[in-house]
Amino acid sequence: MVNCRYSKDVYIVELSGDIDHCTSEKIKKEIYMNTGKYVRKMIIDLTNVEFMDSSGIGMILGRYKEIKERNGEIALTGIKGNMERIFNMSGLYKIINKFDTIGEALAEWRSCNE
Amino acid sequence: MNKMKITFDAISENEAFARLAIAGFLLYKDPSLGDIEDIKTAVSEAVTNSIIHGYDNGGIIDLSCSIDGNSIIIVVSDYGKGIEDIEKAREPMYTSKPECERSGLGFTVMESFMDKIEVESQLGKGTSITMYKDLV
Repeated sequence: MVNCRYSKDVYIVELSGDIDHCTSEKIKKEIYMNTGKYVRKMIIDLTNVEFMDSSGIGMILGRYKEIKERNGEIALTGIKGNMERIFNMSGLYKIINKFDTIGEALAEWRSCNE
Repeated sequence: MNKMKITFDAISENEAFARLAIAGFLLYKDPSLGDIEDIKTAVSEAVTNSIIHGYDNGGIIDLSCSIDGNSIIIVVSDYGKGIEDIEKAREPMYTSKPECERSGLGFTVMESFMDKIEVESQLGKGTSITMYKDLV
């Protein structure tokens, strides 16, 4: 499941359920459907994700590359359990910041803009 | 010793079925949540590899599991294209399909979440991944 909303200029994508090869394609399409292609700040929240395999890394990396082309940035929130181990293996934390909550990610970005 | 084997179509909609079937089979052993999550993730990776890399126009996947005491052996087999270079396929971050947003971490995750994995493959005949794990 994908729930997308804006908080000012930040596009927040809240995911829930399972992220695998099958659902990654659907998630990608839903993000596109809702955002257009001009979002420059995106938070992907995984708090309510129950399962994720390495397909999730590919899907997130794909969104990172697109946003990076627009000189934007992406943040991850709500990572836990095995997801954390897969993210560590992927090296994704070298290029994408993670926060515990959506609120913390928003606060960080807003403090940078002040 | 307790064994199971299921056969299903190599379509992505069956990835969830495969990992939940294994979790259901192991339930009577009262495994830890960590073990179940590890096994589900590894099975999902192996089945996804078969779906994406084994076949261009569909096929079948056999998934079997045996339990002997606390030791489990899971085998995921397809009868598709096979892997040309197994060593390369097992390299972290290597993917033959970068255009499909694949991370190339499938084998790395299987190796990390299970105690041992073995890969057998023959071009034109298919690939079989055997994964071993002792439950905590």
